[in-house]
Amino acid sequence: MPAAASTPAVAKTSTPAVSEETPRESQVANQSIRVNVELLANLMTMVSELVLTRNQLLQIARHEKDSEFTVPLQRLSQVTSELQEGVMKTRMQPIGNAWSKLPRIVRDLAHELGKKIDLVMHGADTELDRQVLDLIKDPLTHMVRNSADHGVEGPLDRVAAGKKETGRISLDAYHEGGHIIIEIADDGKGLDPEKIKAKAVANGLVSESEVETLSEQQIQQFIFRAGFSTAQAVTSVSGRGVGIDVVRTNIEKIGGTIELQSKFGQGSRFIIKIPLTLAIVSALIVEGCGERFAIPQLSVVELVRASTESEHRIEQVQGTPVLRLRNRLLPLVSLERILNLDRQETQDETKDNETFIVVTQVGTYTFSILVDRVFDTEEIVVKPVAPILRHIGLFSGNTILGDGSVIMILDPNGIAQATGEISVADSSADQEALEHRRSSDEAVSLLVFRGGDASPKAVPLSLVARLEEIDLAEVEYSEGRPLVQYRGLLMPLVSMDPSMTLGTEGRQPVLVFTDADRSMGLIVDIVEDKINVEVRPEAPSLMGSAVIAGKATDVIDAGYYLTQAFGDWFKPDAQEGGRSTSSRRVLVVDDSAFFRNLLTPLLTVAGYDVVAVEGGEQALELCEKGASFDAIISDIEMPGMNGFELAEKIRSDERWSNTPIVALSSRTSAEDLDRGREVGFTDYVAKLDRDALLETLSATVGA
Amino acid sequence: MSDNNLPATVEQRGNLPAMAHADIEQFVSINIGEQTFGIPVMLVHDVLGPQRITPIPLAPSEVAGSLNLRGRIVTAIHVRRRLGLDPLPPKEQTMSIVVEHHGELYSLIVDSVGEVLNLDAADFEAHPPTMSPRVREVSAGIYRLSDSLLVVLDVSNLLDFVTAEAA
Repeated sequence: MPAAASTPAVAKTSTPAVSEETPRESQVANQSIRVNVELLANLMTMVSELVLTRNQLLQIARHEKDSEFTVPLQRLSQVTSELQEGVMKTRMQPIGNAWSKLPRIVRDLAHELGKKIDLVMHGADTELDRQVLDLIKDPLTHMVRNSADHGVEGPLDRVAAGKKETGRISLDAYHEGGHIIIEIADDGKGLDPEKIKAKAVANGLVSESEVETLSEQQIQQFIFRAGFSTAQAVTSVSGRGVGIDVVRTNIEKIGGTIELQSKFGQGSRFIIKIPLTLAIVSALIVEGCGERFAIPQLSVVELVRASTESEHRIEQVQGTPVLRLRNRLLPLVSLERILNLDRQETQDETKDNETFIVVTQVGTYTFSILVDRVFDTEEIVVKPVAPILRHIGLFSGNTILGDGSVIMILDPNGIAQATGEISVADSSADQEALEHRRSSDEAVSLLVFRGGDASPKAVPLSLVARLEEIDLAEVEYSEGRPLVQYRGLLMPLVSMDPSMTLGTEGRQPVLVFTDADRSMGLIVDIVEDKINVEVRPEAPSLMGSAVIAGKATDVIDAGYYLTQAFGDWFKPDAQEGGRSTSSRRVLVVDDSAFFRNLLTPLLTVAGYDVVAVEGGEQALELCEKGASFDAIISDIEMPGMNGFELAEKIRSDERWSNTPIVALSSRTSAEDLDRGREVGFTDYVAKLDRDALLETLSATVGA
Repeated sequence: MSDNNLPATVEQRGNLPAMAHADIEQFVSINIGEQTFGIPVMLVHDVLGPQRITPIPLAPSEVAGSLNLRGRIVTAIHVRRRLGLDPLPPKEQTMSIVVEHHGELYSLIVDSVGEVLNLDAADFEAHPPTMSPRVREVSAGIYRLSDSLLVVLDVSNLLDFVTAEAA
């Protein structure tokens, strides 16, 4: 290929050192070709069709056990997946392509406004789908302009505020899960809550008395409202009232979210989260009135089964149904009502009042959708709906399922809008309530079931990853221990009663406990209910017992059964430790939600008042807020600030310098112990040696 | 699915000798009630038997739903409803003609599909002003056949009901 054909992108990246880079550039040019975008789009369509056909074939094959087609079909399936991945890659472009004009825009703006601004860009090579890239290009430009115009102050103001003369706008892009995160931050003046308040009152968004009760964060959310601009003067760049709300709308249109963090006087940071690609999404298939619909998995927070007996029940507020879910009230949208579906007489009215509820989140607004049934999740190829149906805002597209039928894809944004304006104040209040709930101590939610003997059992709900029903025919045995294939991994099954033998047919409910990549299934008989109880300790393997619905119920210690599945999950050399019952405040710092959930009830049962946080930063924040504890239990290996660093920080801070810190770690070498003592850990306990932990804790705190 | 497709798909176009003649136009005839309608053969993609159609909630009543035609999603339209006629009783067998309009496929549900007719442009006439406005809106004119009249359907007007309604 002639050198002239090198793509502009290649030429651009190598401009700083053209003379040295020339040979490499031509090499790259030789290895790349220009392809018409349309051709790629066609290829993508074809692969999408192939995926659909593959799904159809797999569906058929599922009904025919031991067919000679099984093996070639698996191969076909694999090749299709790889092909799909490959073609998806061709659509990927570095986000830098959307940024390339920004330095110039910022420079021109700085010149025009008489400001000094540095634009710092990180992660320009982060790749995302072309289609997505096109859609976020304008919002991004808008946000950067916004930061330059409203955010960064003039040099004089900056110096007066004690900042460097030159302002700084930074753009960061990186992958996280199936998403791209783009952060736009400036060190400018941030959002002035007073200005926003005044504007919000002037625009009639909130009353004067109400506005005083709102938190700073709630006030900031107003900038996402339509027609909201706090710019004093309309400049050529911004302040025309077409603001962040348009950006938010555009981003939400592609299934993304935008978040704002701002501190008055210190700057603002927008965090945009968008899906990698729009073409293929994972969706949950649900049914309402005999019709199936897909809900993009991205918006689904959780699934809840509601019946008249369970804790999660549907209640009426002046005729409007709401869902009570763990002390929160969620607006409830009935699929039947919002889509105007006809319930046919032949379909039995939701069997014994049992319905499924899909808890959905759009931005910070959480609501729930009432459906009749929930099927699988499927990877679906999103196809746009016909133009004559585009005016129906509730659908974001349609798709063909594995069985060949066409179904509509519900658009959670559309549903949220159709069910009433998203209330900013309410949703952020929810958010705060949620945060509050996480750190505060409250009654433990338990899942009640039967297993082994006749007495009811319970386990803290937060420990249970899933409730599954396994087909006993699929249970395999390794060294006499039952295993089952679960999500591509072998999951050991543990029975409540060791002497119990599994049947070979039928279905068996199991409780799945998961931590990191390990899962374990606890075989139970019937899952009964969820309730909140106070528990008190009684025997090993049981965390305590409680009176639930008039019956004594044993609350099992999930940890005991975990050791049955994986010997090394817990250290087996547990001793019986003395358990203190004095109410002492303990702070647990651990990045694993699983262990936080495991330790919190354990320590609560032992009589401690527990606050759990997920990292050193949050722990120090609590210190900052003036919280005091009788002891701190910290994990060592944590992302961000590790346990050693945390201990050092705590020891250097006079407020907490006398608080004993117990390290909790799987690292128990002599070296680690020394290091631990050096930085100020009071004691060092092997992770999961729970009795030793309790003993240490009672010794440290009691002393 | 494909077993429902009639063997006589009308995809071979332009190779009929009649096409050479400028004054001859080809139409696929369809029947709705007593009336015969015609659709220019060049627009027709497929002729289908009864299909499994997924209803689309909240869609205009003329839209029957969507169906899967060899991996493409096709929107099905009740032509009867569009013409202001009562729908056929549900048990009645219907047929569909798949047409392409602005790159999208639409399946027009009709009572039955007849044959391909070669019609002489000389037999074409604008429709009489007394004809019902509902039919006049979606037709381009009328051909005089030897034993009956054939109303030519204007597909783009036929599919235009959403914009008309939304306005």
